[in-house]
Amino acid sequence: MPVLEMRSVTKRFGDLTANDHIDLVIEPNEIHALLGENGAGKSTLMKILYGLYQPDEGEIIVNRQKSVFKSPVDAIRHGIGFVSQHFSLVPTFTVAENVVLGFEDSRLINRDDIKHLVSNTARKYGFDVDPTAVVRNLSVGQQQRVEILKALYRNCRVLILDEPTAVLTPRDAEALFDTLRALQRQNLSVIIITHKLEEVMAISQRVTVLRLGKVVGQETTSQTNPQALARLMMGRSVVNVTRKTVHQAEQLVALEVSHLTVNDNRGLPALRDVSFQVHANEVVGIAGVAGNGQSELVAILSGLIRPASGEVRVKGKPAAFGDPRALDHLRVARIPEDRLKGVVGNLTVAENLALEQIGNFTQTGHLKRRQIDEMAKWLIADFQIKAKPGDRVRTLSGGNIQKVILARTLSREPHVVIAAQPTRGLDIGATEYVHQKLLEQKERGAGVLLVSEDLDETLLLSDRVLVMFAGQLVGEYRADEVDLDRISLLMAGSTVETVSR
Amino acid sequence: MLGLKLERAPAPLWLRALMPFIAIALTFALVSILIIFAGANPLDAVFELLINPLTKNSARGDILVMATPLLLTGASVAFAFASGYYNIGAEGQLYAGAIAAAWVGTFVQGLSPVFAIPLMLLAGFIAGALWALPSAVLKVKLGIDEVVTTLLLNSVMLFLVSALLNGPWRDPVTGWPQSPTIAESAQFPILIPRSRVHLGIIVAVIAVIALWWIFKRTRFGLELRAAGLGKDAARFMGVPVDRVMLTAALISGGVAGLAGVCEVAGIHHYLIEAISPGYGYTGIIVATLGSLTAPGVALAGLFIALINRGTLSANRELDVPVYLGDVIQAVLLLTTLAVLLLNRYRIRRVR
Repeated sequence: MPVLEMRSVTKRFGDLTANDHIDLVIEPNEIHALLGENGAGKSTLMKILYGLYQPDEGEIIVNRQKSVFKSPVDAIRHGIGFVSQHFSLVPTFTVAENVVLGFEDSRLINRDDIKHLVSNTARKYGFDVDPTAVVRNLSVGQQQRVEILKALYRNCRVLILDEPTAVLTPRDAEALFDTLRALQRQNLSVIIITHKLEEVMAISQRVTVLRLGKVVGQETTSQTNPQALARLMMGRSVVNVTRKTVHQAEQLVALEVSHLTVNDNRGLPALRDVSFQVHANEVVGIAGVAGNGQSELVAILSGLIRPASGEVRVKGKPAAFGDPRALDHLRVARIPEDRLKGVVGNLTVAENLALEQIGNFTQTGHLKRRQIDEMAKWLIADFQIKAKPGDRVRTLSGGNIQKVILARTLSREPHVVIAAQPTRGLDIGATEYVHQKLLEQKERGAGVLLVSEDLDETLLLSDRVLVMFAGQLVGEYRADEVDLDRISLLMAGSTVETVSR
Repeated sequence: MLGLKLERAPAPLWLRALMPFIAIALTFALVSILIIFAGANPLDAVFELLINPLTKNSARGDILVMATPLLLTGASVAFAFASGYYNIGAEGQLYAGAIAAAWVGTFVQGLSPVFAIPLMLLAGFIAGALWALPSAVLKVKLGIDEVVTTLLLNSVMLFLVSALLNGPWRDPVTGWPQSPTIAESAQFPILIPRSRVHLGIIVAVIAVIALWWIFKRTRFGLELRAAGLGKDAARFMGVPVDRVMLTAALISGGVAGLAGVCEVAGIHHYLIEAISPGYGYTGIIVATLGSLTAPGVALAGLFIALINRGTLSANRELDVPVYLGDVIQAVLLLTTLAVLLLNRYRIRRVR
């Protein structure tokens, strides 16, 4: 008998259906992985389960009883615990104080009592934490354990963890998995949200795969493999895409990346010695599961971070790092991963269109306001942006905001286009528009680097596909010789196969 | 359980236009309670506070005199806040400007006012900017919270002024903690005969116009607003955010310094400890009420000057305490912030 069931749960945000009739069954003492790309709807589904969102349709059944969770208070009462990526701990309180906070028995708190209660809970589940330690002084891994303890203290039977390893070092991640297995032995069920295939294989008994808000697969982990999961997660309609022509790229190199290496903010290597070229008249796609170094690559090529070592050349000229304006002068068009970090929402469309090349619209420090206005009107017409020059960008739809970014950057005949997740969250019409514009740039002679988590998109547009895993390029394919099985395998990390189950 | 929830929902335009008046009405409704406790009729008080001062020539002049430092500190704070740099140190920067004015002012004996006055303004601007410099550099280079450092430097400055006035600048004749009187050529001319309205109001008006000009017409202004409204996006688009913020912080300090110059050269003609009853802090209220725009700062500065002047008449006529003015400012700030929130959000009941 399942401990928990979600039946046909649907959640819409405006036009976007984040969860589309999702069924999920959690058995007693299982570790269940919820796998999917960013934006697949994993977090939304779990927020519904924890009472943070109300579903538009569908029901939640706990212990054979239909339950409505109006808030996390209801969810906790039904034995559901949630550990989010962002901890909700009071840094200056002790572990014990944090654990009982909001769940005290009486109005008066006796420090010794709560210390005992908390250490009892910790002992029961085999946790090695000092209840008197101040949370501020704990490592991230230990803080996460306090969060789990908090849920256990509230008698949770189903523990949800949202991308728990994202903040952890590999060693801490191992320790976390040991903890989760120990909880499982105590008859708890665990739901772990992740987009890392090796984690699914290592820890879960069953896995549910989400894609674009729908369940696309429910498997027993021991009877599947990373390759099949990658395929489910990234979409497979691509098998039917036939390319009319594979563009013969000219020999002219537009973008040359040599030996880029960079560490992430945990000090772990995010890119290891990455080198590749993008030719003029060519689209090069980077395929890979999120979090394998693509964001860092894009950040370097957008002038946002500096690599530890390596070199980038644009049409033979070396590019300065950490300087967006220098890249702009080399005519590198940048489409940001998060489009809301590419525009200032409270400035107008015209101001956002002008700001990147503000030097061209300035005379002795003063804005050439008429030229800015004319340029804005012209780009709005040319790129079919549904807005007026004076509208604030934040009032625009996602598709129109993306058009503002495209207009700003593609209208200036770039040599290189860095397109990061260019269609994330866009509807079909806007997606097609973006694709068409990127291909236009390629026809015009630009070298386009496409970094997308959507494998369909990558294969549809690219002349050449590079596969990225763990900060390295692990494969290269021409569009007409793409081997989907092989790509899926590489994206999952060739070593993953050997992970023991 | 009955609860309330904030929802993102922009108010319609006509309602937004009414918001400042709603804030003012709300403020006076709340303050009326205190006025009644003080034993006066709230309607009489509103008349004394808001209307009576506008009917008399002398009171109108006083309002301009009182508005001078508020417009300058308001413009100063708006400059910094709009760039995302939260300068709480206008008070200390004002005093830095006042020290510079008192010092330069004693040296310009015999120099024509045409040179003496600009020289003093320049010195005050530089002094204010210098006092703003440490916090700005710490913020930009090390990410140290400017709210804390600028606020703390205010206290440092007050002690510095006190040390100066009780030490080297103590009046040798009377023994008062008061600096030597500045040269006559450095004293601001009176603009309107038989009033106290001095050149400072022109300086203040120019500062507010400059604020408007820079925000609306210059590249620096656009980059400054972009940095303040969306730091990451501004950086992505190539705005040198750190440099823009540093420059904004220094200009902010300089403009606050000008307020100090105006108080010394326009009113006292020497430096005393009590030269500012917190104009630097009131500047934060002025800038916030004025929603960090030049026209807003102009209106808010004049309005608060009106209330301050009105409090004096209300005190005289109705015997309500002068502290009422401070209370009104504080309540007005709170109601304005609440109303600004309602511009963008709506309160909804949830089950």
